[in-house]
Amino acid sequence: MSKKDLEIIIATDCGSTTTKAILIEKKGDTYRQTFRGEAPTTVEAPFEDVTKGVLNSITEVEELSGRKILDGEKIITPNSGNTGADIYVSTSSAGGGLQMMVAGAVKAMTGESAQRCALGAGAIVMDVLASNDGRADHEKIERIRQLRPDMMLLSGGTDGGTITHVVELAQFLKAADPKPRLGAAYKLPVIYAGNNKAHAQIKEILGDRTALIITENLRPTLERENLMPARHKIHDIFLEHVMQQAPGYPRLMKMVGAPIMPTPAAVGTMTEKFAKANNFNVLAVDIGGATTDVFSVFSGVFNRTVSANLGMSYSISNVMAEAGLANILRWLPFDVEEQDLRNRLKNKMIRPTTIPQTVDDLQIEHAVAREALRLAFEQHKSLAVGLKGVQQERSISDAFEQTSSGASLINVMKLDYVIGSGGILAHSPRRTQSMMMMIDAYQPEGITRMAVDSIFMMPHLGVLAQISEKAALDVFYNDCLVRLGTCLAPKGMAKDGQLILEWDAVGSDGKRQTGELRFGDILHVPMNSPKARLVAKPAKGFDMGAGPGNRVDAEIEGGVVGLVLDGRGRPFALSKEPGKRLDNLNKWYKAMGMYPV
Amino acid sequence: MAHAYTPGLKVMPCTRLTKKRLLPIPGKVMAAMDQQVDSLDIVAQTELPGKVFSVNVANRLSVGPAEIEAFMVKKEGDFVKKGEIIAENKPFLKWFQNSVDSPVEGTVETVSFVTGQVLLREPPKILPIKAYIKGKVVEVTPDFGVTVEAEGTFIQGIFGIGGETNGEIAIAVGSPDEDLDPEDIKENHKGKIVIGGKHASLATIKRAIELGVHAIVVGGIHDRDLRQLLGYDIGVAVTGSENIGITILVTEGFGLIPMADYTFKLLSSRNGEVASVSGATQIRAGVMRPEIIIPGFPKNVTECKRDQGRGWIEPGDPIRIIREPHFGVIGIVKSLPPELTVIGSESHARVLEVTLDGGEVIVVPRANIEVLEK
Repeated sequence: MSKKDLEIIIATDCGSTTTKAILIEKKGDTYRQTFRGEAPTTVEAPFEDVTKGVLNSITEVEELSGRKILDGEKIITPNSGNTGADIYVSTSSAGGGLQMMVAGAVKAMTGESAQRCALGAGAIVMDVLASNDGRADHEKIERIRQLRPDMMLLSGGTDGGTITHVVELAQFLKAADPKPRLGAAYKLPVIYAGNNKAHAQIKEILGDRTALIITENLRPTLERENLMPARHKIHDIFLEHVMQQAPGYPRLMKMVGAPIMPTPAAVGTMTEKFAKANNFNVLAVDIGGATTDVFSVFSGVFNRTVSANLGMSYSISNVMAEAGLANILRWLPFDVEEQDLRNRLKNKMIRPTTIPQTVDDLQIEHAVAREALRLAFEQHKSLAVGLKGVQQERSISDAFEQTSSGASLINVMKLDYVIGSGGILAHSPRRTQSMMMMIDAYQPEGITRMAVDSIFMMPHLGVLAQISEKAALDVFYNDCLVRLGTCLAPKGMAKDGQLILEWDAVGSDGKRQTGELRFGDILHVPMNSPKARLVAKPAKGFDMGAGPGNRVDAEIEGGVVGLVLDGRGRPFALSKEPGKRLDNLNKWYKAMGMYPV
Repeated sequence: MAHAYTPGLKVMPCTRLTKKRLLPIPGKVMAAMDQQVDSLDIVAQTELPGKVFSVNVANRLSVGPAEIEAFMVKKEGDFVKKGEIIAENKPFLKWFQNSVDSPVEGTVETVSFVTGQVLLREPPKILPIKAYIKGKVVEVTPDFGVTVEAEGTFIQGIFGIGGETNGEIAIAVGSPDEDLDPEDIKENHKGKIVIGGKHASLATIKRAIELGVHAIVVGGIHDRDLRQLLGYDIGVAVTGSENIGITILVTEGFGLIPMADYTFKLLSSRNGEVASVSGATQIRAGVMRPEIIIPGFPKNVTECKRDQGRGWIEPGDPIRIIREPHFGVIGIVKSLPPELTVIGSESHARVLEVTLDGGEVIVVPRANIEVLEK
């Protein structure tokens, strides 16, 4: 079937707890998401067949839409009248997703490239081994033995360079004799993407013990990363080995009309398509119960990180452990005993499906979410960097600007768009809560549009984009994104009450709004218009993106929240004085109308 | 009749349960089909490959990796003692002689002429698997282990730390809402499973460890005490491998929470009998809760039910509220309104009405209760 014939599309995302199905229909020239259904995922006992959950979720779509999609356990294709669909696509993160271990000769060079390669393919990286990772050799071997990854990515050395380190890593791997997570009788798939001069030795060492796949070097020279060949191999092995061992997946693979993608890989694809189509720098985050995924596209460069133990239920206690109690407490506009907070968070960890019933409890979860988002963003910034180890030519003038190789690509002043997803951002009782959590966690500077993916449709659209980019983008703009609005945050510091910004916004509906922003304040200006022209005149020393004190003319978006003018300054820090901190928080939360009074 | 799916913790006077006792890698099965086994009997065992250590012989002898073949005293597969020479040079002048000793006892696994590295493996370690519960072998998985079936009292906790253990049940408090204080732990509790009521403090747990108590079962503990006990914060609930000299099983949660009356009475009815206890908890994929298993029937029970969790909840069911502002409160389901209701946090949620002990009726999100399974 040619792409232009696609009229009815059914897509599922098999998550670790829920399988979500959506129906997409072509209405005139535009694709729209029309119905959705969900059912518990059935990967684990007693069902142990992922297709049961898939069929249940599609059955719900059938009931709601009145369209007959299933003939027994088969999807009817193509569509005809009120029956069938033209294609069925799916993503999956059930059963723990794709879990990998990566290795590189030097941690900051090939180790980091291998990590980026695996993360970009949608994997959870369990560990990064490197010759210089600070662990003794026997500790590395023990670590490989303990972990049971789905596959391993081994890299190291530039093409034609020394082979010693990568051969050493291969020997450690052989000595550890690791077993794959699924299917104890199978050999562990190992992708070798290192120095091409070592192919013979690697085959000799690992050829018998592992399912070895050799591909192009992911770091052929220090100046160049070549991640795609290894990434394709990861996807191939994901489908050929890992999915074949997971309960019911061989059947699911026969049902789909395009290869199944790991859920994060599909979200990454959609983020890239959106960034490219609009020429935006984009940050997308999915904060779940166990993990937080962060995706970014800056100057066309895509990066993904997954913080495996930062989440709002299973991992909530780990957020406390990593952020520290003080960092959680600082966001609460009331006092709470440390012991009480500790017990509450642990109780959420052991009963992860409970929900806040009171406003206080909700505010505690929002405080934790800010820290989880912040920590995951910090981790992302440290990996979304330029290549390290690259030789740089420096002139005399460079001596005054000490930039080093490996600087972070993330620049919050140049960030155009933030997309949030995951229960805490998508389903907060008030949208102002979602927007403020993201503003507090990311501290965007200048002009930043914000949205949430209300029902986490990005995975479905990412896998669909492989077949029809138009269908994916149509649904993304019209049905997936809930536009929150735009954050205006002048960069700089001043005294409380000092005028720092004059602004003037004219919506596409012709409505004009103007005002001033003073340091230490937050202003909330409702604005529903999807587009608006903004003129922002920052005070001397304050930057809105065109340099300190310079006027900015820009296109912005309104939304369900509207404009948030954040006058708390950048870098933003809460007052160390408890009374003032509480007063400020109460003032800001009131200005945003965040919680019931 | 309205009903909703809500998983709960099992507290069953008697049920028939099976435990798979399998090795992580193939080995030898030591028990036969239909054999009666005791909880401490070894049912399977294997040899875990020893740890691997590396020695860079080329660096130590200051020669190229490809040259080490000439200097190796031991070859691949040879056994070596700790301190035994594995490679040495043979200089013209003895004064320049240099040798490389083995840092461990084991075998030479590989000698690499690319890296100049020699890998040595320690002797394998025996890994035995015990039956854990007293019962009958009902299935043998060749090379891996057995499945043991038993009838007995089965109680799940919500959280635990420490591995499998066993011992006599010893009730140490008078009621489920009494704290288990340090002075409640007596010398004759050594090797026993001590049952407390509402809460065990750090001092109580430390005293129990000192006196050699095998396990403590209690309604609640404070997270701060747990942190001090372990020396770190538990980030994700995957436990069971802590090595603190005791197994702790929490039946209700973190904080001061009386043990459910029904659980306390059931444990009291088995006072003095030998139980198997595990603190292993895993909340993600393949949920595992800590447990107490006491083989045999309580005196007042004549028939053992098959484990058949109903999986849903109906009016009249006893439930426990598991979130603030009513955390730990037990009540009876009055009704299950089907429509979404706006709760205090302004979220729209499915709720249920619960009748409390004094007759008061409160509204609670369905996500915030668990059914008390009996």
